[in-house]
Amino acid sequence: MTYVAATGVSRRAHGLWIAQGAALLILVILAGVIVGETPLPLSTVAATFANHLWNAGLSVDPIDAGIIWSYRLPRTLVAAACGAGLALSGVVLQALVRNALADPYLLGVSAGAGAGAVAVTILGVGGGLLGISGGAFIGAALAFAVVAMLARAAGGGSAQLVLAGIAGSQLFNALTSFLIAKSANAEQARGLMFWLLGNLSGVRWPDVVLAAPVTAIGFLICLWFARAMDAFSFGVSSAASLGIAVRQVQVMLIGAVTLMTATMVSLVGSIGFVGLVIPHAMRFVVGPRHARLVPASALAGAVFLILADIASRMLIPGQVVPIGVVTALVGAPGFAMILVRNRRRI
Amino acid sequence: MKLEARSLGWATGARRIVQDVSFEVTPGETFGLIGPNGSGKSTLLRLLAGLLARPSGAVMLDGHPLTSLSRRDIAQNIAVVEQIAETSEALSVRDVVELGRTPWLSALRPFGPQDRIIVDEALEAVGMAHMTQHRWATLSGGERQRVQIARALAQRPRLLMLDEPTNHLDIHHQLSLLRLVGNLPVTVIIALHDLNQAMGCDRLAVMDEGRMVACGPPSEVLDAARLASIFRVKATRLRDPADDATIFRFQCPGE
Repeated sequence: MTYVAATGVSRRAHGLWIAQGAALLILVILAGVIVGETPLPLSTVAATFANHLWNAGLSVDPIDAGIIWSYRLPRTLVAAACGAGLALSGVVLQALVRNALADPYLLGVSAGAGAGAVAVTILGVGGGLLGISGGAFIGAALAFAVVAMLARAAGGGSAQLVLAGIAGSQLFNALTSFLIAKSANAEQARGLMFWLLGNLSGVRWPDVVLAAPVTAIGFLICLWFARAMDAFSFGVSSAASLGIAVRQVQVMLIGAVTLMTATMVSLVGSIGFVGLVIPHAMRFVVGPRHARLVPASALAGAVFLILADIASRMLIPGQVVPIGVVTALVGAPGFAMILVRNRRRI
Repeated sequence: MKLEARSLGWATGARRIVQDVSFEVTPGETFGLIGPNGSGKSTLLRLLAGLLARPSGAVMLDGHPLTSLSRRDIAQNIAVVEQIAETSEALSVRDVVELGRTPWLSALRPFGPQDRIIVDEALEAVGMAHMTQHRWATLSGGERQRVQIARALAQRPRLLMLDEPTNHLDIHHQLSLLRLVGNLPVTVIIALHDLNQAMGCDRLAVMDEGRMVACGPPSEVLDAARLASIFRVKATRLRDPADDATIFRFQCPGE
């Protein structure tokens, strides 16, 4: 244990760090487009991009172009948006509830979103007006409300919130399973179970159009409230005495988390551990201040989920492993590390 | 900064923690709050800072009700150092003191050179300037207390509220803290346990079972009868021949 905190990296070094991270993200996005069952050369990828972005009119095999532009690129972009959104959700929840274990998965928000999405898919709740994303949003908000109220009723501590989150997750996951068992046919059930474990296979451009703006808005809200999240370091009352309009900030940030989580779950199912592990890993790299933690976590989450998606495609030839399985395989040991490093602090 | 409490009260469930407290603090004075454990000192301080929901009565800050001000306005005027400050974040000493600038900053008004100077001065004032990079988790109780006070100073408040700030401090730091607080050009409201230290305040208020039972100059407030009835001690006034200061010697009744 060092006695000296990670030294204050200067503003310029901070800018450099973000530039490097952005460059890494672009490289990883390229990798996500190139790597797959049929590896495609960089020249084909470049030509396809040129054709679509600038009408370059280069000759590319239409099948390759289709794989790149209609399949792999949107899939990779959604993975990036999703990873960033989940990591940001983790940052926000850990800051607001002051618990190292907080993330949308553990606090039941993902489970609620899943239940909402399944209710819309199978039961047709909302009569077609709601859509899967709308159902997921309502489910996520409902789950967070249930968990928050239960935690409050249990005494309002940080440990109570995690316990309430576990109860909430179990409840909403059970609800999902019940809905599937009761109403879905075998085909639907198989598809839903696979989707719930996290699956990017069906992702197309319309999904990018939904995921990217939601993550961008969530990111801007987090950045706007970065200083406010710092002020929560010593608790809600201390934040209030530092001039933070606590209720207003909580509503905005939890709204952003609910929106991001619900959107991601409705698109790709519930993916665990990203929201938990990425923010902690980034605290070691850039320190606990949110002005750095927010962009660093967003970048790292995006990079991590693209890599996880590549792994999910490559692990078993000819088969896609659910991405939630990959993130859990990497995330569980990461989670164990957090437990050990934090020891008595949780 | 003038602060006025008008029949201020607060209850949790059926339990009334603070009842019907009215007093005024005049600009520039050091106002001490004393009272036995559980007498409502901490709750009263939090009420005065507007940190508790649904109080009864009102707090007026320079004639404006506290409830009409935004949290940000209040934090630019009032800084609070509570008894317990815990975080699991790996914040450095400087990070914590920089939090004090929060009410003056926004996304459009970032931390600047002026803020850096204010933070440096605050660290200097509490004697922590040589430990700015140390992590919060590695500090002793006394060091944490001083860092929190530096954080409050960095807020550049006109009114400083301190809840038993000398807890955890060794005797040297207790005395230097009280001297620091006494020399600040701001109004101070301070809850204290040590009655000899309380003698240094301009005025003292005594809390007992949620009510303010006395308020006035220390020599009038701390009389033998009150010390016996409220603090349940036998107090003897002694005179220090070096400077004629009055000090108390306390004994349990019956000794």
